[in-house]
Amino acid sequence: MAADEPVGTDERPLRVAIIGAGPTGYYAADHLLRHTAPVIEVDLFDRLPTPFGLVRFGVAPDHQKIKSVTAAFDKVATHPRFRFFGHVELGKDVSVDDLRRHYHQIFYCTGAQTDRRMGIPGEDLRGSYPATEFVAWYNGHPDFRDCQFDLTKERVAVVGVGNVAVDVARILCRSADELATTDIADYALEALRESRVKEVYLLGRRGPAQAAFTNPEIKELGELADADITVRPEEAALDELTRAALAQNPDRATSKKVEILQSYAHRPRTGKSKLLVVRFLVSPVELLGDDAGEVTAIRLIRNRLVATPTGTLQAKPTGEIEDLPVGLVFRSVGYKGVPLPGVPFNDDWGVILNEKGRVLDSQTKQPLVGQYTAGWIKRGPTGVIGTNKPDAAETVTGMLEDLARDIHLRPSDATPEAVERMVRERQPQYVSYQDWLRLDDIETRRGKETGRPRVKFTRVKDMLAALGRA
Amino acid sequence: MNIASLLASKGGNVITVGPQESIRSALGLLAQHNIGALVVVEGLGPVGIVSERDIVRALARTESILVQPIAAIMTREVIIGTPQDDLIAVGNTMTERRIRHLPVVEGGRLVGIVSIGDVVKAQRDQYQGEVDTLQFQLLHEDEAKLHQAS
Repeated sequence: MAADEPVGTDERPLRVAIIGAGPTGYYAADHLLRHTAPVIEVDLFDRLPTPFGLVRFGVAPDHQKIKSVTAAFDKVATHPRFRFFGHVELGKDVSVDDLRRHYHQIFYCTGAQTDRRMGIPGEDLRGSYPATEFVAWYNGHPDFRDCQFDLTKERVAVVGVGNVAVDVARILCRSADELATTDIADYALEALRESRVKEVYLLGRRGPAQAAFTNPEIKELGELADADITVRPEEAALDELTRAALAQNPDRATSKKVEILQSYAHRPRTGKSKLLVVRFLVSPVELLGDDAGEVTAIRLIRNRLVATPTGTLQAKPTGEIEDLPVGLVFRSVGYKGVPLPGVPFNDDWGVILNEKGRVLDSQTKQPLVGQYTAGWIKRGPTGVIGTNKPDAAETVTGMLEDLARDIHLRPSDATPEAVERMVRERQPQYVSYQDWLRLDDIETRRGKETGRPRVKFTRVKDMLAALGRA
Repeated sequence: MNIASLLASKGGNVITVGPQESIRSALGLLAQHNIGALVVVEGLGPVGIVSERDIVRALARTESILVQPIAAIMTREVIIGTPQDDLIAVGNTMTERRIRHLPVVEGGRLVGIVSIGDVVKAQRDQYQGEVDTLQFQLLHEDEAKLHQAS
């Protein structure tokens, strides 16, 4: 076939590799495959055998309704020009150069895989962990299933008031009975059944109006079967600056959030076995430990709010110190992406260097031919699952514009068969979508027997064995 | 959401000029990069901002203005943001004070510029994402109920 024939026809479809099978990968595939002209073929890669990324490993097990979005992803996967290659890792099994040999366009959506550190003394004491490690652990992520958390400690601090922090606090406060009907990993269910955690502190550096958690989540914290919730009245109260800002720009969601939190300040304890304390206007300055190197307390400094020139209310330390005795600390103060081998990275923002999803050359800051990005590795960790849909659409629009201007990679062998040969050779144990559907079916069947949505496989070798590939 | 996420997908370059460069050169840069404002920089930090409106206003007064230095017409009192500033607060402030461009500085270094268009787009995408997620969940619930009933 002549190399100068147009790409995007039945004879010569545009071939796109998507790296990362989280929500953004599926949204991108969906946008690309909707077109009948140009004709586009999509191969979706993930380093894990299972698709869905953070929907499987991030969204909390007691939030199954949010996980229902996978039904839409499964529909995308039925498209005849879609293929899935699970358990194939970029940088290990295949390289960017390999992809350039077989695809016209490469699309990176690998998410924000690491957490930001608090940058305070004592952060690495035993008993201090990134919240994401705990989340990945209870969700059965194969890389984190063997983590150990000492749940004999009675008091736990969760630093941050975003939705991840709220998830961690809520899972720690749930009763074993509540968790038993979810798809939480079996080993986590057992460990949490034995948990002696009695008090959980959620720590926000700003006030109630500035907390990132959403209203349904904060309301849910007040409805736990075996945990009371409380907030200090003086911390739930609005400061003058926030009051003025809300008066000038009324915002019902924020007012409602404050109202819910203030109602917790006046709620009596009902004798439930756990207590969840939501704190505001405090920042950790140090983790204190004992001789064995274990966390014994978190030192907090009290903050007040000050306005920046843009009207943002920022936390400013007052100097007033308080030690909160805790045996476990989970930090959830932000996330950032991990550089991919061979892909330019923007260290300022922890994302792939890009402009509206077109990957840029590190030197010239001009777009690289045929390389794109979307999701958290493009814009940083913000928004809900659905936010990735318009974000992926923006990138796909650029991809189609570039195709129309004949800007794409010139692969030497752009056939689906060549990719399959390469993958078979590099990772004989790759997992196809059919394979995944079999795993999915086994997981859900195992769940039915015990009244749970599914019982997850948490080891890659167990998944492969279940597929008869022992 | 803070404004770091707006800057993350805007590439690494902020187009800047020095205060002593000519207004004509500023005009050239605005046209070349298809943008509405330039940050005026001395050393690492911003000292002003010059927008297409500033130039139009100056031209309407004096046609020979193009050879003058940018310092003659730039806005010196510039509101400056930080990457940690809240998207909502920035949106409100820009709307109320009719600011169309906000230079963003971190550690004394200019790290980006946010336009009111960027802010509107980020807010739109955020709402669109939330609405889409909620709609899907509602529809899925209905389908699941129908499925159970049949």
